[in-house]
Amino acid sequence: MIPVVFFVIVITFVLMHSAQGSPWDKAGGRQLSQVVIDNLNKKYGLDKPVWEQFLLYVWNVLHFDFGLSYQYQGKSVLELIGGGWPYTATIGVLAFAMIVPIGVGLGVLAALRQNSRIDYATMGFATFAASFPNFVVGALMIVFFSVLLYKWTGGDFFLPAGGWGVDDHLIMPAVTLALLPIAYTARLTRASTLETIRQDYIRTAWAKGLSERLVVVRHVLKNSLIPVVTTLGPTFAFLVTGSVIVEQVFTIPGIGRAFVVAVTSRDYPMILGTTVLFSIVIAAANLVVDILYVFIDPRVRLT
Amino acid sequence: MAVPVAAVEAAPIDWEVPEEQVGLWSDAWVRFRRNRLAVLGLGLVTFLVVVALISPLLVHFGLIHSPFTQQVESIETGPGVNGHPFGTDILGRDTLARLMIGSQVSLTVGLLVQGIIFPIGLTIGLTAGYFGGRIDNLLMRFTDIWYAFPDLLFVLVVVSVWRQGGPWFVQLIPIFGAIALVNWVGLARLVRGQVLSIKEKEYIEAARSSGSPPLKLILKHLLPNSLGPIIVTLTFGIPNAIFLEAVLSFLGVGIQPPQPTWGQMVADGVEAIYANPTAVVFPALAIGFTLLAFSFIGDGLRDALDPRMRR
Repeated sequence: MIPVVFFVIVITFVLMHSAQGSPWDKAGGRQLSQVVIDNLNKKYGLDKPVWEQFLLYVWNVLHFDFGLSYQYQGKSVLELIGGGWPYTATIGVLAFAMIVPIGVGLGVLAALRQNSRIDYATMGFATFAASFPNFVVGALMIVFFSVLLYKWTGGDFFLPAGGWGVDDHLIMPAVTLALLPIAYTARLTRASTLETIRQDYIRTAWAKGLSERLVVVRHVLKNSLIPVVTTLGPTFAFLVTGSVIVEQVFTIPGIGRAFVVAVTSRDYPMILGTTVLFSIVIAAANLVVDILYVFIDPRVRLT
Repeated sequence: MAVPVAAVEAAPIDWEVPEEQVGLWSDAWVRFRRNRLAVLGLGLVTFLVVVALISPLLVHFGLIHSPFTQQVESIETGPGVNGHPFGTDILGRDTLARLMIGSQVSLTVGLLVQGIIFPIGLTIGLTAGYFGGRIDNLLMRFTDIWYAFPDLLFVLVVVSVWRQGGPWFVQLIPIFGAIALVNWVGLARLVRGQVLSIKEKEYIEAARSSGSPPLKLILKHLLPNSLGPIIVTLTFGIPNAIFLEAVLSFLGVGIQPPQPTWGQMVADGVEAIYANPTAVVFPALAIGFTLLAFSFIGDGLRDALDPRMRR
């Protein structure tokens, strides 16, 4: 986990310093005077050699100091991220709460009724959801649930197209964010369940006269869910990168939107800080999944 | 054994090769054609390529509206009004024309990025897989770490730094670079795996023992036998690249206006969604179905080229 985060810092840091021009260049004719530029460079530590800046940055990150934002003068990166995280986390947790039950449920159902209508419908949905990007799904949902539904019901029932405030604001972003991971989880659960129900011990369970419920819950699910746990790591990555898009579609003032603003305005400390933070979150999620695996699957041992 | 000599002579062995030989590629093609969704996807992609190629001509001869002309009298009109079959956007530009011209960007990104990834991923994967040792270790360490870094974040960071102005294909260069940079790793890893498993096969041993130099071994035996999975990976890379470009455009860091791109059209449409929802629906569906078509082709190719599925 630590080498991953370190590597991300190195790559992003090198990229940021490969940018042409200085962050103080202004569009248009009027440039800042040399004295002002020198003072700004001093304030942000840009007057030191690059390697020293890098060591200083790593040292600061270790102390949870991500520097100051270029764009919002006087605000630190950590303040900006701290202002956004409640929004991002709320949507993320809601989406995560949908992914596991819906994805696993659909997958198991499809596998148990293989080649039935439920199976085809689930797989069709999974194919569509895996191909349609988040922002396309989000935009189409706004068209349907905000614009058309408003027209059809004469304004009695509709979902807000964006913003933050009431619970209604959470529905579409959370669903949009969860759709792709649900599709992946459903596909994987179906495949692993199909493999499990062909095992000898499942035949034994049927043969000794267990009810369908018991066979499924105690014997099938327990074994077919093992590979699904591995996807929880990538699911976290989905949620993180998805938040960047979803928050832009539904105008939610979270970290993802702050990241996009930083990217468009080239606020390098903010880009660097957010990227490092995202990679820490994802690496930590992967670590947790790896540890979980040891407890769930007796065949895996920590070495 | 007393086999009558006359009998052997009477039945000469039929050395003639059957007229129609079923090779790997023709066999794969037969199976690909049997997959209805894959054929549908191929049809849709062919249609898109034709549209991308002929749309500048259509604009030139005035058969469709220019994607850049702003008609003040028809702003945000719905489909079919004032001779705009798909309506217009917030500046009064024809949505159909912008969709057609926009397909150039998506297809260029999707196809050209694979052209960049292919030689890089192939060379590094083959070298690491064939020679093993330290190069291999380095590659695997590198890819392990690389996988933990989400594509989209990396592409966004790279493009934010390398962004540049100019005509749209010049603006595309950093986008190409960024997408290729995140995708070659996957291909290199796949090629390495293929080489590692094929390297131990008997026919490689036979070729080596009969004195084939390494280069010939790689080019004549390892490469052709690992081509199937490589093609499948590259095909799935196309929708991924198109997706990444569309997201960049949607977030406003991709190709800059006036050149229309689908992602940008969705973003512009969302801004004025209550005035004219169709300005969002058409580009959104164009992106979705293009990606779907490419992934159908990818699925079809995977089933067609997988030797384990052969009859």
